Amino acid sequence: MPPAAAASSRRSRAAHAEPHWPGVRLHVVTGKGGTGKTTVAAALAVAIATGGRRVLLCEVEGRQGIARLFDVPPLPYEERTVAVAPDGGEVFALPVDAEQALLEYLELFYKLGRAGKALRKLGAVDFATTVAPGLRDVLLTGKAYEAVRRRRKDGAGGERAVYDAVVLDAPPTGRITRFLGVHAEVAGLAKVGPIRGQADSIMDLLRSPQTAVHLVTLLEEMPVQETCDAVEELTAAGLPVGGIVVNMTRPPLLPGPTLEAAARGALDREDVVAGLVASGARAEPHVVDALLAEGRAHAERVALEQAERATLETIGHRTYELPVLADGVDLGGLYALAAALREQGACS
Amino acid sequence: MTGPFTVRDGGADDAGTGVDGTPAPDSAPFDAVPDPPPAAPDDAPALLDLDTALAEPATRILVCCGSGGVGKTTTAAALALRAAEQGRRVVVLTIDPARRLAQSLGLRELDNTPRRVDGVRPAGGRDGGALDAMMLDMKRTFDEVVLAHASRERAEQIFANPFYQSLSSSFAGTQEYMAMEKLGQLVGTGRWDLVVVDTPPSRSALDFLDAPGRLGSFLDGRFLRVLTAPAKAGGKVYLKAFNAGLSMVTGAVTKVLGASLLRDVQGFVSAMDTMFGGFRERAEATYRLLAAPGTAFVVVAAPERDALREASYFVDRLERDRMPLAGLVLNRVHPDPAPELSAERSLAAAEVLQESGAHPVTAALLRLHADRVRLSERERRLAARFTAAHPDVPVARVPAQPVDVHDLDGLRTIGAALAAASGAAPG
Ligand SMILES: Nc1ncnc2c1ncn2[C@@H]1O[C@H](COP(=O)(O)OP(=O)(O)OP(=O)(O)O)[C@@H](O)[C@H]1O
Ligand SMILES: Nc1ncnc2c1ncn2[C@@H]1O[C@H](COP(=O)(O)OP(=O)(O)O)[C@@H](O)[C@H]1O
Ligand SMILES: [Mg+2]
Ligand SMILES: [Mg+2]
Repeated sequence: MPPAAAASSRRSRAAHAEPHWPGVRLHVVTGKGGTGKTTVAAALAVAIATGGRRVLLCEVEGRQGIARLFDVPPLPYEERTVAVAPDGGEVFALPVDAEQALLEYLELFYKLGRAGKALRKLGAVDFATTVAPGLRDVLLTGKAYEAVRRRRKDGAGGERAVYDAVVLDAPPTGRITRFLGVHAEVAGLAKVGPIRGQADSIMDLLRSPQTAVHLVTLLEEMPVQETCDAVEELTAAGLPVGGIVVNMTRPPLLPGPTLEAAARGALDREDVVAGLVASGARAEPHVVDALLAEGRAHAERVALEQAERATLETIGHRTYELPVLADGVDLGGLYALAAALREQGACS
Repeated sequence: MTGPFTVRDGGADDAGTGVDGTPAPDSAPFDAVPDPPPAAPDDAPALLDLDTALAEPATRILVCCGSGGVGKTTTAAALALRAAEQGRRVVVLTIDPARRLAQSLGLRELDNTPRRVDGVRPAGGRDGGALDAMMLDMKRTFDEVVLAHASRERAEQIFANPFYQSLSSSFAGTQEYMAMEKLGQLVGTGRWDLVVVDTPPSRSALDFLDAPGRLGSFLDGRFLRVLTAPAKAGGKVYLKAFNAGLSMVTGAVTKVLGASLLRDVQGFVSAMDTMFGGFRERAEATYRLLAAPGTAFVVVAAPERDALREASYFVDRLERDRMPLAGLVLNRVHPDPAPELSAERSLAAAEVLQESGAHPVTAALLRLHADRVRLSERERRLAARFTAAHPDVPVARVPAQPVDVHDLDGLRTIGAALAAASGAAPG
């Protein structure tokens, strides 16, 4: 277990025992731009699928982030397997396309048939998803809802959910509350009828214990601030906040007391010189200066990260830590991140 | 989706989209460039010395662009402060600054007006410099545009329209366009020698340049036109057919979106109709300003693959549109402070100490150093790829500070790194 993972499984009290999110069917992953939403969503999907479950990973920003991550060609708007998880289990991916989702939606409620095609030809779909505030969000969250609720015959005369869980690579923190709350607005507009019914059921799901909104952050000022703001907003909107995933952590490379001394600029220069000589490395003053300065900068950064961690702890939600992967995230790295999530108890 | 006001606001982003909304080729030119051999001194890029650009009276506009989180706002603020301390009258337009940075610039509220920054210290007997800073409020800027083009009464109608309200406060394209608009206004006042602009935190740096064009295509969109003025479009046979299709379509749209939304859109468009022309003209004028002498673009990137790929697209685009590029700022680099001690030797030495059990602190520092050297090498390889693709683009390297940049001193440090082409380690 990487040190960072070890540190945080200590933090997430109930490691290993019970999975942390029992009963959650929809995992929504948000965070400040670039903090690793797509990466964490994918890792979580693999983690949940491990051991034989079927998981759908949805992305809604139309950027083919999933395909890039799993190193496959751009994915069409259909559910297909992108990965098999350790010990059986399958991850399906679906890049939700607002335009196609709209046509699907119209078909569902209005049986438009050919008119649907005409709409598209005129650019009406593009227009509608462009100008109608929130329409895109209505469609995208609607699709996730549909996937959570979809059922199939289980072969023994009964029925079961097609997916054990749906993981949604969601819009960034600045937009998430509005995104998830859009059906409450729809319900306000449509007083009766099928659209109202659907909007109500979607909000019921999103506000239920079957949903968890996880926030990805880095140990830096701006992402932590956004995380705190988002937790407040989500809570106020009655949306269930899940875990905080601290991404790209680096383990401290100096032992505790050394860190403190380094931060104060009080490392023993003579000892470092003696150490260099003893090790057979060059002990020129320039090298010694550089080592001391690196030690100090490292200590300052660790202190800053500790302060950000402390801020995150005041939020009072479970946290997970994922280490920075030095060579970026390839498929192997993704499985490693999934394993780290499991080790920290994110799923059984 | 190529609409101007695509609903992906709040700095959300579509990196998958290149110029004109066509999907960006996945393996962009940047990726196609093979790793060059370890940079020989000859391969090193020219050094970007931003002091020259800052001091040059002909430089009137500096635009900092790049993908989200790379340090655009920080760079913009640092350049503005430096220019002011060198004696120029400068205004910096920031968009979405980190809270503490905003505070240290005296930006406590979002009032959409430039405010004087306290604590600017003229360098070496050069006075006359001053720095004003502001934070963009896109909603207010949009309101100002409306007021500038419409009678008070009409403006009130527009403001009250729910469609206008969501359009003006929550769409990404709007933010880019309003940044452009505000830039035009600031330049127009003639109050400053130099206007430094930050760009919105979109995923794609290109969004900033494409916003005005998108606005145009939105306004010209036939669906919008026909929706709102079907009578005008009538007459010709093919238009009749078109309209027949259309009424079916508007019917469907009405059903789905509700009649009130459609009425709002129609109301908005007819209220705005008279000002559309002026609107677009302004956007185009500002765009031309960006291509005019006196403007310089500074592309900011972190030494990471995605950020550099985005920077690469942007540099290509500037070239294609003949827009003046000052150079690339590689922000948050980790220079190697002791190149004479390689990662391998450092680790070997740490190993020796570990075995003997003596000098644990030195051993830990040696491992730390090895880590740092590896990081530094990785960043250099990435930067070298960029330079191989764009050999003529000068580069300034700004070291990662151990802590966030949130006061004027922090900005001065960044400013010095931006200007110290001579001091910075090349390559
Ligand atoms: N633990 C990690 N270690 C190393 N690199 C990481 C890690 N997590 C994410 N990254 C890298 O950081 C970058 C951003 O990650 P990602 O695309 O997942 O973020 P995002 O939040 O989805 O971004 P956006 O807001 O643009 O959608 C990617 O290059 C990714 O490979
Ligand atoms: N060279 C640097 N060293 C350390 N921190 C930096 C540096 N440049 C930027 N930062 C920090 O990174 C964060 C994002 O920077 P910002 O300028 O707001 O990025 P952008 O405007 O591109 O989104 C801020 O917290 C800022 O203080
Ligand atoms: Mg993403
Ligand atoms: Mg910014």
